[in-house]
Amino acid sequence: MAAQFDASAVPYPSRRTILKTVGVGAAGLAGIPFLAACTGGSGPSATGSDSPGLTFGSGSSDDVPKRAYQAVTDAFTAKTGKKVTTNVVPHNDFQNKINSYLQGSPDDTFTWFAGYRMQYYAEKGLLAPIDDVWESIGGNYSEALKKASTGPDGKLYFVPNYNYPWGFFYRKSLWAERGYEVPETFDALKALATRMKADGIIPIGFADKDGWPAMGTFDYINMRLNGYQFHVDLCAHKESWDQQKVSAVFDTWAELLPFQDPAALGQTWQDAAKALEAKKTGMYLLGSFVTQQFTDPAVLADIGFFAFPEIAMEGRDAVEAPIDGLLLSKKGGENTAARDFMSFLGTAEAQDAYAAVDASNIATAKGTDTSKFSPLNKTCADTIADAKYISQFFDRDALPAMANNVMIPALQSFIKDGRMDVKNLETQAKTLYAAQ
Amino acid sequence: MSSTARELVPPEAREPEGAPVRRTKGGRVRRLSGRDKLVLSLMVGIPTLIELTLVWLPTLMSVGLSFTRWNGLDLGGIRPAGLDNYQYVTQDYPPFWPAVQHNLLWLLFLALVATPLGLLLAVLLDQNIRGSKIYQSIFFAPVMLSLALIGIIWQLFYQRDNGLLNFLLGTAGTPQAVDWFGDSSVNIWAAMIAATWRHAGYVMLLYLAGLKGVDPSLKEAAAIDGANGFQTFFRVVFPAMRPINIVIVVITIIESLRAFDVVYVINRGTNGLEMLSALVIQNLVGEGQVIGVGSALAVVLLVISLVPIVFYLSRTFGKEGKA
Repeated sequence: MAAQFDASAVPYPSRRTILKTVGVGAAGLAGIPFLAACTGGSGPSATGSDSPGLTFGSGSSDDVPKRAYQAVTDAFTAKTGKKVTTNVVPHNDFQNKINSYLQGSPDDTFTWFAGYRMQYYAEKGLLAPIDDVWESIGGNYSEALKKASTGPDGKLYFVPNYNYPWGFFYRKSLWAERGYEVPETFDALKALATRMKADGIIPIGFADKDGWPAMGTFDYINMRLNGYQFHVDLCAHKESWDQQKVSAVFDTWAELLPFQDPAALGQTWQDAAKALEAKKTGMYLLGSFVTQQFTDPAVLADIGFFAFPEIAMEGRDAVEAPIDGLLLSKKGGENTAARDFMSFLGTAEAQDAYAAVDASNIATAKGTDTSKFSPLNKTCADTIADAKYISQFFDRDALPAMANNVMIPALQSFIKDGRMDVKNLETQAKTLYAAQ
Repeated sequence: MSSTARELVPPEAREPEGAPVRRTKGGRVRRLSGRDKLVLSLMVGIPTLIELTLVWLPTLMSVGLSFTRWNGLDLGGIRPAGLDNYQYVTQDYPPFWPAVQHNLLWLLFLALVATPLGLLLAVLLDQNIRGSKIYQSIFFAPVMLSLALIGIIWQLFYQRDNGLLNFLLGTAGTPQAVDWFGDSSVNIWAAMIAATWRHAGYVMLLYLAGLKGVDPSLKEAAAIDGANGFQTFFRVVFPAMRPINIVIVVITIIESLRAFDVVYVINRGTNGLEMLSALVIQNLVGEGQVIGVGSALAVVLLVISLVPIVFYLSRTFGKEGKA
């Protein structure tokens, strides 16, 4: 449940960072014996074969996911007798400090995302490969998930826990009342939107005050026009931005722009979710976490889901479904208990324990309990299961600096005037990717 | 002088035994004892060391890093980049020039609206009106409020659908409702008004102190010479507050350069609210970190900030030198 926070706040250097800096200075003054004393005690890593426990760093700081991971660690301890020490960090802090976290003294395992954002740290040697873990859990996952867990060197690094699809959400009662039908193609979508506009409804809910939600629209149009592989290559900057294929994405989007909520830049996704609930908008393209906002069970039962219509390529084979899961830090690589915990998370048993608390996501392992799924959950799960390709959302598939510093302002200005300078995008991309 | 008392005095400072009193007295006045030197060097040295390590070292390192490419992970990964980062910032980075314009606009607004407003408040509250202390507290309160609270307060005021302002304008809930934070043609003004709300209180407090320091006999003399209220204030009192005025000018310039908190709580400095300081944070802190570019932006901000700082320091120390 994290794409909704991804591009969000860039906090001040926190008091903790400053204190840490001062602390390092103080340690330096106090001399080497003090430092040695400092490092000697910590780290369950050195013990090797039979370690009694592990540390687990979690960025899932919201109440529900926090309790859900608690349920998983409790189940692990109950099963193996190994103790898990969980360090929960507010999710924005966790993401913003990941660089210093991984270089400092990270926990053995920690929550993170699949995609470029995982591969980047794998390439820098800050993660431990877990091919041995995958030997035991590999059978639990589909090929698409295995691919998403693989690093740039072909080794496996990631254990998926859950994911959630992006697509259009709508109120079934409104559509039934007005006789709207789910559009299969882009032209049908435009025709439907035109009808809705004539009926006095804003056809497509849209919110981009935080900058990242618009990337979902970009990703889908890009994948439907140019295919999944182009999306991956463009995000990794193996493809140039300054080409006809990219311009075509924005041209196509410009056709959709008049149907998207014109107030997008002033509202957050929570505001747009409320507008959908109030039937002010006809449909809303977002991740399935949008359902968290529908606290009224009657409204929640009235929510429908359909995948982004096909445009030119690959039909609807690609689905945007960001995966959250666990990584093993380099230090944690020496701790067998941490590897056991990773294996445990890759089982239906652990993911059921998680889903029992946090039901807003779709478990990734095969054989998880689907009996409690609502019809909406089932549609979402089927959409992912039927997909040939799973993309991770722009800000997870691309360099974070490209997503945060370049795409957010670029897309916001595109929303205003419908124009995009792809040449400038390419110039910026060149500089930023070269700096990595 | 008993031998025990003598032991307490450090050896260098001890009077030569049996020497004439006058000579040693003169010597001791001029010369610093060893302990004095130790204490002085500690008192000067420690703050200097802290200043060096916490201010100058990072500053110089930022300047250095602005000429490099670095991913922030491995020190070996630092590669020279020449002026590439500056070229990127000024030519390829679309938010940069809007940010410079917004900082200038911010400066003009603070200088022409917020600061005079603060002065006006100070003059009014200096008139010994009833409840003056209460008004002072009210106007000063925004300066003390936390960032999060400011965000909430102005959100309540500016919200599109149920904000106070649109409600007062009678447009709340209608399509004509102005989106004060989302519409990039008005949100900078909305943000500057929020900033004025803070800045005016700050300026007011400084001027209140300044007004208390003006010799009342000056006002009396002006009144006797037949000056009216305006003349007394602008020709006599205001010029008499020159030291405060310089401080206020510098504060206004610096506040406009580091304008950050208000735009940050609105939308983190995007979509019409670009500010140099917000761009620095965007590029230096967090996952989207691009150290070279962020450092280059920080250096640009530093160079601009040096102008008012040098102006202020040369005024302050120049005067002391003359005196």
